[in-house]
Amino acid sequence: MPIFEALRLALQTIRAQKLKSGFSLLGVFIGVASLIGAWSIANGVNRYMTEKFAQTLYGVNTFQLRRQPMFVPNVPDSVWRSWRRRPRIRFSDAEAITEGLTVPVITAWQSSDNVTVSFANKEARDIDLTAASERYFDIKNLRIAVGRAFTGQENRSGVPVAVLGDAVAQRLFVDRPPLGRNVRIGGVPYRVVGVVEKQGSLMGFPLDRFVVVPALSPAQNLVNPPGILDAFLVKARSDPEMREAMSQAEGIMRSRRHLRPQQDDNFVLDTSEGIQRFWAGISRILMIVMPGIVIVSLVIGGIVIMNIMLMAVAERTREIGLRKSLGARRRDVLRQFLAESTAIAAVGAAFGIVAGIGLTLLINAISPLPASVSPTSVILGVVMGAGVGVVAGVYPATRAARLDPIAALRQE
Amino acid sequence: MRPPLGQQFRTGDTPLPDVIILTHKLTREYDMGSELVRALRGVSVQIRKNEYVAVMGPSGSGKSTLMNLVGCLDTPTSGEYWLNGQKVSDLEDDELARIRNKEIGFVFQTFNLLPRADALHNVELPLIYAGLSARSRRAQAEHALERVGLADRMDHKPNELSGGQRQRVAIARALVNEPSILLADEPTGNLDSTTSSEIMGVFAELHRQGQTVVMVTHEQDIAAHAARVITLRDGLVATDQLKAA
Repeated sequence: MPIFEALRLALQTIRAQKLKSGFSLLGVFIGVASLIGAWSIANGVNRYMTEKFAQTLYGVNTFQLRRQPMFVPNVPDSVWRSWRRRPRIRFSDAEAITEGLTVPVITAWQSSDNVTVSFANKEARDIDLTAASERYFDIKNLRIAVGRAFTGQENRSGVPVAVLGDAVAQRLFVDRPPLGRNVRIGGVPYRVVGVVEKQGSLMGFPLDRFVVVPALSPAQNLVNPPGILDAFLVKARSDPEMREAMSQAEGIMRSRRHLRPQQDDNFVLDTSEGIQRFWAGISRILMIVMPGIVIVSLVIGGIVIMNIMLMAVAERTREIGLRKSLGARRRDVLRQFLAESTAIAAVGAAFGIVAGIGLTLLINAISPLPASVSPTSVILGVVMGAGVGVVAGVYPATRAARLDPIAALRQE
Repeated sequence: MRPPLGQQFRTGDTPLPDVIILTHKLTREYDMGSELVRALRGVSVQIRKNEYVAVMGPSGSGKSTLMNLVGCLDTPTSGEYWLNGQKVSDLEDDELARIRNKEIGFVFQTFNLLPRADALHNVELPLIYAGLSARSRRAQAEHALERVGLADRMDHKPNELSGGQRQRVAIARALVNEPSILLADEPTGNLDSTTSSEIMGVFAELHRQGQTVVMVTHEQDIAAHAARVITLRDGLVATDQLKAA
């Protein structure tokens, strides 16, 4: 019997016994749906982490000279304390690196703290005040929606101008145009020259509650002691150039701090690698746990299908005997029942794929977790689903194929 | 009365060309654990092309066993079985399946139709295993149903047909591969007498058209339709009689 014929017969049987088939494909359905759902979440968060998160926090091809890493999960207290004892990054360090680097880069100073920003009788509390140099906007990929960024000239002269995040502009000015107005930060009026495009949120954290002012404006005293920086940002044109710039910057810093060769750096050149490594760890755990769940449900699904098929073989013993007497060979009978179990599993897998994709879209819509359907998981779902069908069908189909036609025909 | 055949065959011979069925010292023993059941104890029978033979005998005489062997559903313990010029007594499982498909058309007492399939599909079944294309399957199945007078019932399911019509579908299924022999096992066992004679009429017509028919029955009046009656007793041929036409 050709495969096509076997498949047609299998689908006929499934159609004829909808309820029974429905139950039997439930296991594979759940397995495949959870595979795709979980994989899609991991996949989505993964992409989010590598593309958006890292880019927002650090910038592309960008490293930051800092006293300690910005993102540090699970550091022991002793390490933390030793970081706090390190010398801070000074304006002069930044200037020395800018002069010393031979790789083409753009750089920015950055110091931040939380402040209250006010306009007239309105206040915006808990706003991230960043004192930065003019290229900060380029490095962080912050596009100006209204007005302009401040200039290098304004930065060097410490002119009190401010560029607002979208949420701050909305809070203080509502629908009025903010350009040219003065907001007060730490009692000093700053003229608003621009508003940054809305950034949205990152894993549920709002990204638009900030104000950027020139690094040398009066606000520098609100964010750090004189001459001190939180971070010196260096953006190269490519990853290899960034590596080169990092090694040059490390040399410059070591010599400025008179570190002997056996001494460790007492500063960090921080990139998005750290956070990505951290995420990779989490997703590795996810990738170990998830297959467990999937395998358990697929095994259960397989057992259910095997049981149903054994029942089907018992019920249809007479039919098998008849088919054999009409010329069905062992392999014809085998193929018929294998096709049936595979078709049940495949239908289950198909529903599972639809449900998995639906689940993904639902998670995307109602939770801050970003999820995106991974084509690999869909392919894997199909392969595993059908595989379960074949494996679960082998034993019942073999039993059917081995039936003695005389005994089978005699059965009531 | 022609003399019954089968005396002149010796091991190593091949049957004459017009002999469709030849069994030579056919035995079949079943090992039932404690005892050995000898269902057939050396049956030698020859059946020519276009014969109409009834096999009779009380239960336990071995007629079902002989039927299964002749139908290639079973293999003998010893002896030879030639079907249509081919020695089939020592063939493997899959080869026997092929022989059943090509050479034998079964008609069962209980019809054995697939309940979910319509008449046409039931008749197509053997052709599926013969590997025919859907188109030629359909054409042949339609033709076979026409031969048994069911051209207008092709799309009916078995439960929409009368007992006689069901057995006609089964006969059409048996004929569809143009087998060497039509092998009927108590074909009227589940039918009333009117329908029985109707089915016997179908058999007679097929025989008239040249079909070789072998029928197992325990009913004297059904066996009376055949031209030759072989009676088994205790696993041996008791009588083998040709009826005057």
